[in-house]
Amino acid sequence: MYLSTTRAAGRPAAANGRLRSARVPATVVALGMVSFFTDVSAEMVAAFLPMYLLYGLGTGFLHLGLLDGLYTGAGALLRLAGGHLADRSARPKAVAMAGYGLSAAGKLLFPLVGGAVAGIGAAVAVDRAGKGLRAAPRDALITAATPPHALGAAFGVHRALDTAGALLGPVAVFALVAAVGDAYDAVFVTSLCLAMIGVVILACFVRDRRVAPEARPRVSLRDGRLLPARRPLRRVAAYATMLGLVTAGDAFLFVGVQRQTGLGAATLPLLPLATSLVFLVAAVPLGKLADRVGGWRIFVAGHALLAAAYALLAAAWQGPVAALGVLLLHGLFYAATDGVLMAYLAPRVPEHLRASGLAVTQTGQALARTGGTIGFGALAASWDLRGAFTAFAALLVAGVLTACAFPPGREPGREPGREPGHGPGRDAGRGPDSGTETAS
Amino acid sequence: MSAHRRRIVAGICSITALAGAGGGYVAWAMADRRPATVTAVTAGPGALVFLDHGRTLAQVPVTDPGAAPVRRAPACLRSYTAGGTTVCLRTVAVPAGFEAAFLRGDKEIAEPVRVDGTPSRARVSPSGRLAAWTVFRTGDSYAPGAFATTTGVYDTRSGTLHGSLEDFTVVVDGKPYQREDHNFWGVTFAADDRTFYATMGSAERIWLLRGDLASRTLTAVGRDAECPSLSPDGTRLAYKKRVGTRWRLHVRDLRTGRETRLAEQAEVDDQAAWVDDTTVAYARPDDGGRVSLFAVPADGTGAPRLLRRDAASPAVVQRSDQSHSQATP
Repeated sequence: MYLSTTRAAGRPAAANGRLRSARVPATVVALGMVSFFTDVSAEMVAAFLPMYLLYGLGTGFLHLGLLDGLYTGAGALLRLAGGHLADRSARPKAVAMAGYGLSAAGKLLFPLVGGAVAGIGAAVAVDRAGKGLRAAPRDALITAATPPHALGAAFGVHRALDTAGALLGPVAVFALVAAVGDAYDAVFVTSLCLAMIGVVILACFVRDRRVAPEARPRVSLRDGRLLPARRPLRRVAAYATMLGLVTAGDAFLFVGVQRQTGLGAATLPLLPLATSLVFLVAAVPLGKLADRVGGWRIFVAGHALLAAAYALLAAAWQGPVAALGVLLLHGLFYAATDGVLMAYLAPRVPEHLRASGLAVTQTGQALARTGGTIGFGALAASWDLRGAFTAFAALLVAGVLTACAFPPGREPGREPGREPGHGPGRDAGRGPDSGTETAS
Repeated sequence: MSAHRRRIVAGICSITALAGAGGGYVAWAMADRRPATVTAVTAGPGALVFLDHGRTLAQVPVTDPGAAPVRRAPACLRSYTAGGTTVCLRTVAVPAGFEAAFLRGDKEIAEPVRVDGTPSRARVSPSGRLAAWTVFRTGDSYAPGAFATTTGVYDTRSGTLHGSLEDFTVVVDGKPYQREDHNFWGVTFAADDRTFYATMGSAERIWLLRGDLASRTLTAVGRDAECPSLSPDGTRLAYKKRVGTRWRLHVRDLRTGRETRLAEQAEVDDQAAWVDDTTVAYARPDDGGRVSLFAVPADGTGAPRLLRRDAASPAVVQRSDQSHSQATP
């Protein structure tokens, strides 16, 4: 359906040798497995930490709030650094390795620092730093390994594996605690082994497509800072940020589901699982759909689905059907936006600046979502939950309409012979909200 | 063998080794912890029931707390025993989370109730009928990085979940309290299976509340008392209270309102349990950094003494004739 299909497929296929068109390359599956193991490992520790602090170390839970903030906040700056380093060195795999390795090392720190809360904080920070560092180079590796018309599917596969890992982590750790009792070391040892398996897969099964340094432009910090001036990137990042600002934050959505639809309080811990399951199942189909109809459409449609979820919550329909509807829409929102934005954006950023471009967009979106959550919280506190959801639904609809009316468009006339045309789009953003956060 | 093949073989070998190492460590840890003796017993009066090594339900005579404990099978994060009923807050693997289990002896007497967060406090009414728990969770409060607590009350006899205290009507200074941003923690029950005390935190302030299960109301009766614990005779509350930056144990007489600071100088972040009408027990980190059980006189005199090393969640089973009085001050 797109004139450019064959031509576009030529570029990465040449690099990898035996690629058939819409198939997801083995490198992407390997990167997905890296994320899978890393996420099982990371979510094990995240789910375990409150229990460990209280019952393993006997520290109070006032410290938890601090650590939680650290957990969500530490990565943003390093994400930008990771993107820049990957571009500057032209070795995204090496930078990603450093990131995954750092997180694995963080797991080793937990038992070593013992009961010192500052030490635990440092271990968390090391883990989060690794996570920030690896995100953009990893997405650049996925892009480099995949033909542009299959990027949606490729990011879909990666995010599905990533989410599967995040879902499995808490299950693994709670089963483990039930089995080993207070032998909390076993949790960290298991988590460390899983993280190292991720690193080994990256080292041995992910092929790096190295570009000879002289064949590519040199990347300086200045290029990074000038990135936002590049038109398609600027617009996409601006939209991702704008839409992020009117996102309520997962925690509020789940509380909204529980309260507005009249479900019992005991269901609250299960709600994020529903979202993650939908995300897991829908990530690949929606990625493929994005390959066919264009990533921008799917990305925008995803936000329309989120607006519908908020509207359902504002209407306060009672019963499990309404709750299931909201959770289905919420999961589809993630499936339609998370990998899809990267897949859309990546081919639109020149290769030598790709990781930085992805990092800028991801960071903008992540910070915007944090801002959106704080704004929503303030609104809900001074008004009420229902009113806040009404307002955010309206704002989201306005954002979606704007994004439909003024799509980011394509970059005018750069490298005419090699650009993949304006076929498929995909996206790249990922959110900082909640436990379903991807990006191992 | 090409470099590529070699890398793949090396990868497979490393992964196998790592999986073996992790699995082996877990197997070793599992084999290592099998308790020596597991006996089914019911805790009688004078028994100190606690979590040995912080995890395994166990009991010793409170008069001889250093004795070799009788261990009971259940593993809990937090527990409390009274009137023959034990509430055990524990982990569940699928779906991953926590639940409250209710035991008499070692038999479960009701379906476990799922709790939404990491267990923090547990309590059972003197008759053994009502159970309460406090859990805390991150992520659903209005500010990212903050935490919230939820407290539930369950009637093991009728199977009624009295819901979380957020659903109760709160009365402060005679007026309904309207703010949404409130948290509840640390329930303690009176002997009538209807009256209880709990703590509410809201807008940076701490209230001590008296609750009534029948009318589903909570009335503010004091300030700054956290995790109250009602004495067996129903006349005093032991609780932790912030002094400067640390929690210190205090006892308040419900009739006179007089507050006494206990002799324990160290920070105590626990819900105390009364050993008898003159002594309270609690867990805090010992000199070696392990959480251990201590006891201190309830009148502010004396000094803390070590009850048992490496133990948590104390509960002392009271003689039934001791817990007859009403708690209404």
